[in-house]
Amino acid sequence: MDSLLTPHHFPGKLIVVEGIDGSGKSTQLQLAMRYLQAKGLRPFFTEWNSADLVKTITKKGKKKMSLTPMTFSLLHATDFAHRLVHGILPPLKAGMIVLADRYAYTAFARDVIRGCQREWVRQVYQFAPRPDLALYFNVPIDVSVSRLISGRAKLKEYEAGMDLGLAPDLVGCFKIFQGRILGEYSRIVQEYGLTEIDATRSIGEQQQTVRRYIDEILADYKPVVSHQSVPLEGTTS
Amino acid sequence: MSQFRYMGRAMPYLPTDGCTGKLIVIEGTDGCGRSTQAALLKEWLEVQGYAVIDTGWTRSKLVGQAITDAKEGHSLHRLTYCLMYATDLADRMEYQIMPALRSGFIVLADRYVYTLLARGIARGADKQWLRDLFSFAVEPDVVFYLQLGVDNLVPRVLEAGKMNYWESGLDMSYGDDLYDSFVAYQTALIEQFNILAEEFDFHCVDATQDARAIQRQLRRAVTAYLQSSDYPAPGAAAAK
Repeated sequence: MDSLLTPHHFPGKLIVVEGIDGSGKSTQLQLAMRYLQAKGLRPFFTEWNSADLVKTITKKGKKKMSLTPMTFSLLHATDFAHRLVHGILPPLKAGMIVLADRYAYTAFARDVIRGCQREWVRQVYQFAPRPDLALYFNVPIDVSVSRLISGRAKLKEYEAGMDLGLAPDLVGCFKIFQGRILGEYSRIVQEYGLTEIDATRSIGEQQQTVRRYIDEILADYKPVVSHQSVPLEGTTS
Repeated sequence: MSQFRYMGRAMPYLPTDGCTGKLIVIEGTDGCGRSTQAALLKEWLEVQGYAVIDTGWTRSKLVGQAITDAKEGHSLHRLTYCLMYATDLADRMEYQIMPALRSGFIVLADRYVYTLLARGIARGADKQWLRDLFSFAVEPDVVFYLQLGVDNLVPRVLEAGKMNYWESGLDMSYGDDLYDSFVAYQTALIEQFNILAEEFDFHCVDATQDARAIQRQLRRAVTAYLQSSDYPAPGAAAAK
């Protein structure tokens, strides 16, 4: 059984965003959250690599450069399982909406590029429920690099796959590493039927598309009522 | 030269060719005297001149301590439990077990993947998922299984004062009483071990015997195994 290929039976809805660094997926998810909040819904938010259980280990391993492709992959799977059990499944079972910034697909793309077997990584994540909506923000490398360099102070070493020694400089590494990840993503989009969004368009245009997809999957959704409060116009609470 | 094989999906970047060592595993439930036997066996092999490296669960530099800490806090779900142990094994495989096998050492493992397959199933994890997860482990050359029935096991663990939360499977709500839960959990574990023993062709040793008798039996079996294999005896080169 592969739960990622079959729809889940929980009353809640799971929406995930995927894409390489600098694809704008996090921005889009934040805006989607506002949209849902303004509708009076209370979405839960979860992101990759955030569980306290393994955060310190990953940090320590990265610092000492002792993480291998396998331990890197397994630590992220552990983190994911922890968040799934504590932060994703309970709200889904309770009929709430969960927004996830990256999901198992991130591991499918990244861990394979790092050197794990494609089939093995998929097997490890077989306990993950299939999202109701999985949006993939497709962007060429050059666009994502220019966004990252103008936005953040610097690229992070592991994001760039610097440990793989693909190129002598950080930007060079990033381009090669993320380029390979893009290739892996295009395979995943086919395999798992992700919904592709052209991430070179304006933020506003993309968000319109995102909201249209969200409306579609919420057509049959019955919100759980905790307490009714009508938000002030133009705000979320 | 012995040919190590991965149990399933390999670590593609870690080939097993050129590994001239031997991987000997000792399995058995809690309270069967496994660790004592492993330590005695290591000493005996070293006295003969064999180079031995011992390994066991939660001994990885990366997550060994973290697993112990997480178990303190009872915060592990069966998924995270299995995945953390898999991380522990992967780290030891890459930094300890494979390098030792490549250098021709005897690796003596106090428990191996089978313990986690049994525990995982006893905790309700999907059997196939567990097999796939741990399939990056290399197949051992020989597995000794110190076999004990639950009737024999209970008094031993009680005497050792080791009837704790995890060894009683209290995280799985096997029963609300520590003793009842312990018995139910250990019974499920032994059942799984017996299935694995059959499937993976364990060399079964009756662990109800006196500790010295068990050790003698293990030594005989190890000697027989090493003689039947291509593994060079210490001093063999000099003798020629």
